[in-house]
Amino acid sequence: MRILVNGDWRETAGRELAATLEELGYGDRIVSTAVNGEFVAAEARARTALAEGDRIEVLAPMQGG
Amino acid sequence: MLEVYGTQLASRLLLGTARYSSPAVLTEAIRAARAEVVTVSLRREAAGERAGQGFWSIIRGLGVRVLPNTAGCHTVKEAVTTAHMAREVFDTPWVKLEVIGEDDTLQPDVFGLTEAARILCAEGFEVFPYTTEDLVVAERLLAAGCRVLMPWGSPIGSGRGLNNLFGLTALRAHFPGVPLIVDAGIGVPSHAAQAMELGFDAVLINTAVAQATDPVAMAGAFAQAVEAGRAARLAGPIEARDFAEPSTPVIGQAFLA
Repeated sequence: MRILVNGDWRETAGRELAATLEELGYGDRIVSTAVNGEFVAAEARARTALAEGDRIEVLAPMQGG
Repeated sequence: MLEVYGTQLASRLLLGTARYSSPAVLTEAIRAARAEVVTVSLRREAAGERAGQGFWSIIRGLGVRVLPNTAGCHTVKEAVTTAHMAREVFDTPWVKLEVIGEDDTLQPDVFGLTEAARILCAEGFEVFPYTTEDLVVAERLLAAGCRVLMPWGSPIGSGRGLNNLFGLTALRAHFPGVPLIVDAGIGVPSHAAQAMELGFDAVLINTAVAQATDPVAMAGAFAQAVEAGRAARLAGPIEARDFAEPSTPVIGQAFLA
């Protein structure tokens, strides 16, 4: 299944968000996620199904002003 | 002590964490500034990178309080979603709310800002809105539930200092009990001292420290300026006059002409 991850198209196995993050290599990271512009809390990732063409944002702590 | 949302702060200098040459310089600058609050952000991170994780580990190790921002957001929805994401990652209800309305000046979209503030305050966020010195907008932000305001001095990163002294003075006078933190545009320590002399409660600095030739020394200079400005405010500055007034007593002066 193709989904857009941080602006890049990625081919994934098409599982839920939590499993997809593992698959993409974010397993142990402190990140926050959104799907199609909607925040998905960490505890909801395991039950958040993804669909072809979904836009996933994976954000990490960063320097800011 | 400055109290914001029930938190007592001894330091009135808040520091941004962006644009430093290295994590070591950032760490030393935070220490030199004696900052208790630093601003942070959220950005995309590729799975192969660990920059964000390393940054967060450094900040957590410093024991400072973080104020996540919504920098770069141009709409209410973006800002609200970013605030939710930041609350989860940084584990704080604090959010420095930015809704940018114009790209050349990074001027806040005050209409979007008040709407986003209303939504976030209702959801239990403790909102620090990045706003202008406009009194009506300030009223709306307070009505939305904000208990702190962050008026700009001048455009972000411009280093121009306090562009609208009259407006900032009026803002201070209209809201004597509201913590007001000047955010953005401060270029040199004298600007920070001036803001404190005008009665602002704190200043937030980023570029002026991070992009200085010696950021650590500049952080220390800002810390001194903020303390001096605050002390001067409490000491009661004299009013400016249009004409000279002799400081040496005139009575008893010899007639030697």
